[in-house]
Amino acid sequence: MKKYLTIFLMMLLGAGSVIAQYEDGMKAAMKQMDDAKTSEELMQASAFFERIANAEQSKWLPYYYAALCNNLAGWRDDQLDKDQLAGKSIQLLEKAEQLSPNNCELFCLRNLIFNSQMMVNPRNRWQTYGTKASEALESAKKADPNNPRPYFLEGQSKFNTPAMFGGGKKAAEPILQKAVELFGSYAPESDLHPNWGKSDAEELLNKCKK
Amino acid sequence: MPLGKKINIIIWAIFLLVGFDAYSQSTIVQGNVSSGKNKIPVKAARISLKGSYDGAVTDSLGNYRFKTTKTGLQVVEVDASGYMPQSREVQLNGASLKLDFRIRKEINELEAVTITAGSFEANDEKRMTVLNPLDIVTTAGANADIAATLQTLPGAQRVGESEGLFIRGGSAEESKIIIDGTVVNNFFFSSVPGIAQRGRFSPFLFKNTAFSSGGYSAMYGQALSAVLNLESVDLPDETEAQAGISPIFGSVGFQKVNKEKKYSFGSSYSYSNLWLYMLLIPQKQDFVTPPTSHNVDLNYRKKFKKGMFKAYAYFNTSKLSMRTNSMDSLGLKNSFSLNNSNVFTNVSWKQLFGKNWKLYTVGSYSYDDNKIKGDVLDSQNNRINATGIGVIDANRFGVKSYQNMYQLRSVIQKKWGKLSAVRFGGEMWHNVDRTNFSTEFSSFSGLIDDTYSAAFVESDIFISNKFALRPGLRYEYSQLMSQANLAPRASLSYQLKKNTQLSLDYGIFYQTPDRKYLALGPDVKYSRADHYILTFQHLTKEYTLRSQLFYKSYDGLIKTDPTNQFAINNNGYGYAQGIELFWRDRKTFKGIDYWISYSFLDTKRDYLNFPIYVQPGFAATHTGSVVIKKFWVEKMVGINWSFNWATGRPYYNPNRGEEAYLSDRTPFYSSNNFSFNWLTKIAGGNGVVVVGINNVFNQKQVFGYTYSSRLTDDTGQLIREELGPPARMSFFVGLFISWGVDRTQQNINNNL
Repeated sequence: MKKYLTIFLMMLLGAGSVIAQYEDGMKAAMKQMDDAKTSEELMQASAFFERIANAEQSKWLPYYYAALCNNLAGWRDDQLDKDQLAGKSIQLLEKAEQLSPNNCELFCLRNLIFNSQMMVNPRNRWQTYGTKASEALESAKKADPNNPRPYFLEGQSKFNTPAMFGGGKKAAEPILQKAVELFGSYAPESDLHPNWGKSDAEELLNKCKK
Repeated sequence: MPLGKKINIIIWAIFLLVGFDAYSQSTIVQGNVSSGKNKIPVKAARISLKGSYDGAVTDSLGNYRFKTTKTGLQVVEVDASGYMPQSREVQLNGASLKLDFRIRKEINELEAVTITAGSFEANDEKRMTVLNPLDIVTTAGANADIAATLQTLPGAQRVGESEGLFIRGGSAEESKIIIDGTVVNNFFFSSVPGIAQRGRFSPFLFKNTAFSSGGYSAMYGQALSAVLNLESVDLPDETEAQAGISPIFGSVGFQKVNKEKKYSFGSSYSYSNLWLYMLLIPQKQDFVTPPTSHNVDLNYRKKFKKGMFKAYAYFNTSKLSMRTNSMDSLGLKNSFSLNNSNVFTNVSWKQLFGKNWKLYTVGSYSYDDNKIKGDVLDSQNNRINATGIGVIDANRFGVKSYQNMYQLRSVIQKKWGKLSAVRFGGEMWHNVDRTNFSTEFSSFSGLIDDTYSAAFVESDIFISNKFALRPGLRYEYSQLMSQANLAPRASLSYQLKKNTQLSLDYGIFYQTPDRKYLALGPDVKYSRADHYILTFQHLTKEYTLRSQLFYKSYDGLIKTDPTNQFAINNNGYGYAQGIELFWRDRKTFKGIDYWISYSFLDTKRDYLNFPIYVQPGFAATHTGSVVIKKFWVEKMVGINWSFNWATGRPYYNPNRGEEAYLSDRTPFYSSNNFSFNWLTKIAGGNGVVVVGINNVFNQKQVFGYTYSSRLTDDTGQLIREELGPPARMSFFVGLFISWGVDRTQQNINNNL
């Protein structure tokens, strides 16, 4: 009897399996992302997300993660051509933006990509890419004032900017404080939605207070 | 565990893992992705089975492998950065499948060979740059002067006594300086005898500095030697106010950007006066009126959806007067005074049409007015009357000259493929020059009215990532000379390996002789130069290695006759050849950026009043520079050093007769320069403190000699005086502050 019940349940689930497939695929890819240690592994995770994205066509999240992993890969390997990498990241990001315009998380991602391009040659590029990066953060704050990530990213970049240019611990502290407060009350829409930055924000805030 | 339960769990597990297709069989797809004839493995290529989550990424050997449960006719896609995507239909039926891909490189800017047309490009858009605008202000000894920085590159001569770009054995007149497509006739402050003048424009006005020391594009003309192409900045990033102060000048300025960042306007004013400086540091010349100038500029920029409008206007007045001891009579002095007004305006519009068309139109008006007066004074500085001795009385003169120039230029570009393009367009210059030269007894007036027009076409053709060429053709017509010319140009580039290339540039270049000769000799024709340049270059973010071999021939140079000022012809000729090396390294020594350049130049010419065919006075055989910069990010402090040297230049010793014309050489030239910059917060703004010392070791510099025309020493030789800088060492101290108004506001808002 149990056996038939199971089969019946399976039939029922069959209809829902399209949803299940997406969630399972995303979870598997997210695990791959979390476990990735090298830039190659991150690229593989990015490629996995991109395959999900291309197969699904209508979901912004896999494009978002594909671009995020691709961008992260750049930080793990000095030999990679950051501008070429950014070209790919932006291509993925723009697809996500078409599916979900005015999305806070996507503005944050834009900020990350511009930042990594700026780091190719900070002295020459901070005026162009640096400005674009901070513009992206402003848009992110407007899109969702309760999302802690724009504040975390802003605080992080202030933390890493020399005090002469308006950065430093003092300047970063109130912004990180706000980020940590927001993280306290923030809950992602689902398990698949972005949920990073909390522990990093807390850690940076502690460094500021020291 | 009962069997049923076991099956149950297994089914569930499979179900969770692969979803609805759990029952179907799975196929292994594997293979290799490579590129080119030699099947070079492509790493990190993304393989995917269209419409599914299945796929893989290639490893460093180009291998990939994945499993899929899909069956039937499917499409496998390959996508790798820098390559053209590819896809293939396959039949999946459970049998393991081997699928190799050969993909083709995409022609793209990062990978492809570049068309250099002999130029040193300085912009960040192309990423691998040789010099950028920030480099200009941090080059020791250059005093934030664009031309002085270019003198640390190979090909440019260091001519201490006069301004201008002396490139590869060419005179200063043979180089043209272009701002946003229009020629700037008076880029430098007006000439003063024996003292090289600065450029008028701040390096911060320009985002791009492309310096072509030969073989330049058909888009430009009227320069036998070289073209310096300056491209002005676009919309500033933020509203900003600036101020600068130093013992020699003060400046204020602002830039306002509207909220939507669609348009901006700004203005600046500066005043400079060398009175205090000259009081502290004695100058060789006796300045009665220290160099003084007022400078105003205005700009407006507007961004359209796919276009940009820019307007820029510059106004300047400057004056000075000085006295020097006469070489022709002991106790007498020559006085020289100069009043100059200068206007330069430039209005441009750039617009993209459709996907591949671009239109660029620019207009410019410029005006220059010089009033020069020369007098002879006695030892008490009183004007004296004519002495009847020609060489002394020749210093009593007055010059009034006005130059008006209107320019219009239009270029249309059509892109095709990824990088290839065709450009065509035309330009027209209208010059009206008036000169009045007077002495006590005579006066000479000249009016020159010339309309010069040109049409040009060129095309960038990328055959592959490895091979590109740029043929070009330019047609020019001068209405005053009633003459036309046709000048072909060509550039060929071949990539030896990534970042390393060979190029060959060729071109014919025509130039209308200086307008003062046009006034005297109505039959004067174009002068012509032919360039052949072979370049080897290796460019990465960290290193630049560049070596050039060139040959340049001159024909139709102006010849004058000292005995008859109207006997002007085009019988002059000459050549220049040489080798140049440039090495820049930003990596080997941590935090240190340095470059080394060397030029060897072999040149001779017969032109103007030269009695023989000889190396001209503005050409040194060996020239070199070492420039070092170090910046400490934590302390925000930078120090810069430069060492410039040149072997002696030819000078004319009238004691030795015409057969020894220009056969003597000045002593070896060398100078060591130091500068220091410190970035700090001052008065709520971002401040930069700059300190510069030129010729730190107080080395003696001799640019040449001025000989007396009539006074001799005991041995009967005409006496001479060294021609050197106004002071051996020179100093600069300045403070520049900028307040980014919007950003401050932003910070306040964020912290509330």
